[in-house]
Amino acid sequence: MKLNERSVAHYATCDSPTDHAGFLRKRVERHHHHAHHHHATSYQRRWFVLKGNLLFYFEERESREPMGLVVLEGCTVELCEAAEEFAFAIRFDDAGARAYVLVADGQAAMEAWVKAISRASFDYMRLVVRELEKQLEEACKSLAACRNSPRRSSSSGRKRHLSNPALQPLQEKPTVLENGYSTWGSGGGVSGGATCPDRDGGHAKPPPLPPRRRSAAGSAAMSPAMPESPVSPDTACFSKLHSWYGQEIVVLRREWQERQKRGHP
Amino acid sequence: MRYNERELLSLARQPAEKAAEILMRLPKKGSVLKKRLVKLVVNFLFYFRTDEAEPIGALLLEHCRIAKEEENVFSISFIEEPERKYCFECDSEEQCREWIEALKRASYEFMRRSLIFYRNEIQKMTGK
Repeated sequence: MKLNERSVAHYATCDSPTDHAGFLRKRVERHHHHAHHHHATSYQRRWFVLKGNLLFYFEERESREPMGLVVLEGCTVELCEAAEEFAFAIRFDDAGARAYVLVADGQAAMEAWVKAISRASFDYMRLVVRELEKQLEEACKSLAACRNSPRRSSSSGRKRHLSNPALQPLQEKPTVLENGYSTWGSGGGVSGGATCPDRDGGHAKPPPLPPRRRSAAGSAAMSPAMPESPVSPDTACFSKLHSWYGQEIVVLRREWQERQKRGHP
Repeated sequence: MRYNERELLSLARQPAEKAAEILMRLPKKGSVLKKRLVKLVVNFLFYFRTDEAEPIGALLLEHCRIAKEEENVFSISFIEEPERKYCFECDSEEQCREWIEALKRASYEFMRRSLIFYRNEIQKMTGK
């Protein structure tokens, strides 16, 4: 089966957030040709980098390209004391599949790795995001209820701000338009539960929200954004916001370019 | 680069976020559109010859660009090689739009940004 390996290797080495990194000793898997031979288990020290649900390993820390990749989706990770001290194993459902046995430098390192890997699935991340999405909705609702003005969400001020291009300074535009291209918030590692670098001082505006999957506006979520304003408190529809912001940016950019042409600063 | 192909093949058999028969063209010169079963599972897009159990290939959807091309057509390209495009011709504009939306949301990086955003918003709103 083909894989877009060049792109995957590029992703491994680019500056997108790394969830965890460090040296681990990796058990070398050998083919046992002769059953009666006693093979000593050997380990190779490699530099490991965890990004999302992908665990890359490099021959050396400075290596420009990964040696290998372990796709972690659906894995379980467990301690593996029998092998070596500070050893843990990554296993998959498939009974016949080999396990990856890795050895950390110490107790703390081992625990950190086990924790990071056990949270590394896309599914888990999706759950967390959905949960937060719900929390945000509830926070919005209770705030709106408090203010007794159901038409205005608490963040309508920000949204109104965005919807008037004249008010928005250009450096606030998010660079996010495309999948993974953003430089927003990705400077430096963001570890699995850490707070983000807070760029909210009037600069990076929030990126689009993820879509509601089974909301009342479910079908609407899949249709393209007519450029309706995201001011509506019901717009938690991510793809709409995403498209709307995208169009907003296009308009802003065009206006800016026109101003440049006319010689205005 | 080595990778655990077995697990990737197993992933390809999981329930998909989205799946459809779509005409697909590889970025190779002289490639033609071929009917493929295209299946989105987590941040991978698998493509199969129709009626085959094992995918011909997989695309990791990180640092990629999903773009609308001409009518009914969208493309996937990767940040380091933006001219190399995987093209997909859908049956309708609507199907095309749905796939574009789904693929844009299908990266771990996208979810990470959403997480950060939500946390921020909640914090601003509730002070927690």
